Amino acid sequence: MSDEFKSGSNLEKVLKSGKFAVTGECGPPRGADPEVIRKKSKILKDKADAFNITDNQTSVVRMSSISSAVIMIQEGLEPVMQMVCRDRNRIAIQSDILGGAALGIKNMLCLSGDHQKFGDHPQAKNVFDLDSIQLINTVKIMRDEGKFLGGDEIKGVPKLFIGAAENPFADPFEIRAPRLAKKAVAGVDFIQTQCIFNLKKFEDWMKQVVDMGIHEKVYILGGVTPFKSFGMARYMANNVPGMDVPEELLQRMKNTPKEKQADEGIIIAVETIKRLQEMPGIAGVHIMAIEWEEKVGEIAEKAGLLPRPVV
Amino acid sequence: MVIGERKPFDEIMKMLEGLKKIAVMGCGGCVTVCLTGGHDEVRVLSSQLRMARDKEGNPIEIIEKTLERQCDPEYVEQAESVAKEVEAILSLACGAGVQFMAERYQNLPLYPALNTTFVGGSKKEGYYVERCQTCGECKLYFTGGICPIARCSKSLLNGPCGGSTKGKCEIDPEVDCAWQLILDRLKSLNQMDRYSSMMPVNDWRTNRDGGPRKMIREDFQR
Repeated sequence: MSDEFKSGSNLEKVLKSGKFAVTGECGPPRGADPEVIRKKSKILKDKADAFNITDNQTSVVRMSSISSAVIMIQEGLEPVMQMVCRDRNRIAIQSDILGGAALGIKNMLCLSGDHQKFGDHPQAKNVFDLDSIQLINTVKIMRDEGKFLGGDEIKGVPKLFIGAAENPFADPFEIRAPRLAKKAVAGVDFIQTQCIFNLKKFEDWMKQVVDMGIHEKVYILGGVTPFKSFGMARYMANNVPGMDVPEELLQRMKNTPKEKQADEGIIIAVETIKRLQEMPGIAGVHIMAIEWEEKVGEIAEKAGLLPRPVV
Repeated sequence: MVIGERKPFDEIMKMLEGLKKIAVMGCGGCVTVCLTGGHDEVRVLSSQLRMARDKEGNPIEIIEKTLERQCDPEYVEQAESVAKEVEAILSLACGAGVQFMAERYQNLPLYPALNTTFVGGSKKEGYYVERCQTCGECKLYFTGGICPIARCSKSLLNGPCGGSTKGKCEIDPEVDCAWQLILDRLKSLNQMDRYSSMMPVNDWRTNRDGGPRKMIREDFQR
């Protein structure tokens, strides 16, 4: 990795400095009230290096990722603008990249997007003009070559730190590391993984990643989600595609008295982070406290990750 | 072949409101093979319509006819005598057939009795599955003979998304993950190198996105 910054984002600087990075996540509201983002921002401020703003996650209509990210910037936080391929063709994608960069967004996460079947508009037409790997490559071409996909020169090149997701627990397992390698070739700078509950499987995947040398080209942040309750753990185990929650973890949550389950969820999350900190090739952690933003700080604190470094 | 599915009976009845004499026109092509628009289906639908209208005390006269193909002017021509006798034609052809008929019989309403669903084939009798989305630029060489555009729910070109679980697609446990199938097959063919290179952004001009398509055999145009 060269000496110059690709985007100059705080997240890039922290990762490049070799410090263990922390990212968080913030879901935009289902309405036009900016106060929801401002309130969440106040809770999240200084608890992580950057914060993902989801893009109509689970295909449910919400305030746009770009505008939510801008509100977050106004509150003094650094956003990671998520963008899915489900809702935009390459014209809209490139246009939104320019717009986002113009408004001060410096990190972007490239995703395929959940199928609209899961959302509140299952009747919608999906786009998928590009896939997530092609989207990564598109941002890289725009940033590093200063060109649009169509070949024309960009005047005012968007400088974005390019992220993507990877789910080591989806099938086929043996393709998951090679698929990450494809994302590296496409030009991704950092990866946030799916929520890690099955640490054994995650270690197996990381070993492949390290053996292939991908961790030397791409920063890998392990995904951590605290269980709020046994019910949530069970729901994630049975109802969320591509999620791997081991039986022993379910039992641990089940055997915890109801009023203590939230605390136990936090303890498990902190234990997971400690394991990730020792794992070769892991550059940081992505804490996804779903509609439980106030816990990001507590988890980071308990894992010894606060205060966040100033770089 | 083109697969079609009969529209709900009530929807067909509504289209025919106010009509006293129609033709129910089958097609001897794809929709005969997939058992929705051939001679037999014309007979069944016509009987159903007659009975339903008799029950309402509002009888309808129906001429039954099945053309060799409704997407070919040569056969479309053969409906001419029937067309002169009726107020409308209810066609059991695919969308292409209905439109070829409508183009030929300008003054006659042409109504579709089928929903044209997809290009596919039969796994067994009465069981049809989609296989091609007619994107106009076949990629099957790279993907082990299994099409990610038609068979991946997100038409992803560079591998499975994070929702692939035990060989099934995230949208439905009954749906195979196309990329699991592709990778299994590439592996068995010893062609995994075709997966590792990045499939570039697709040129959708050959797809419907480039506007309505045509294919001209110049050697036949003389």
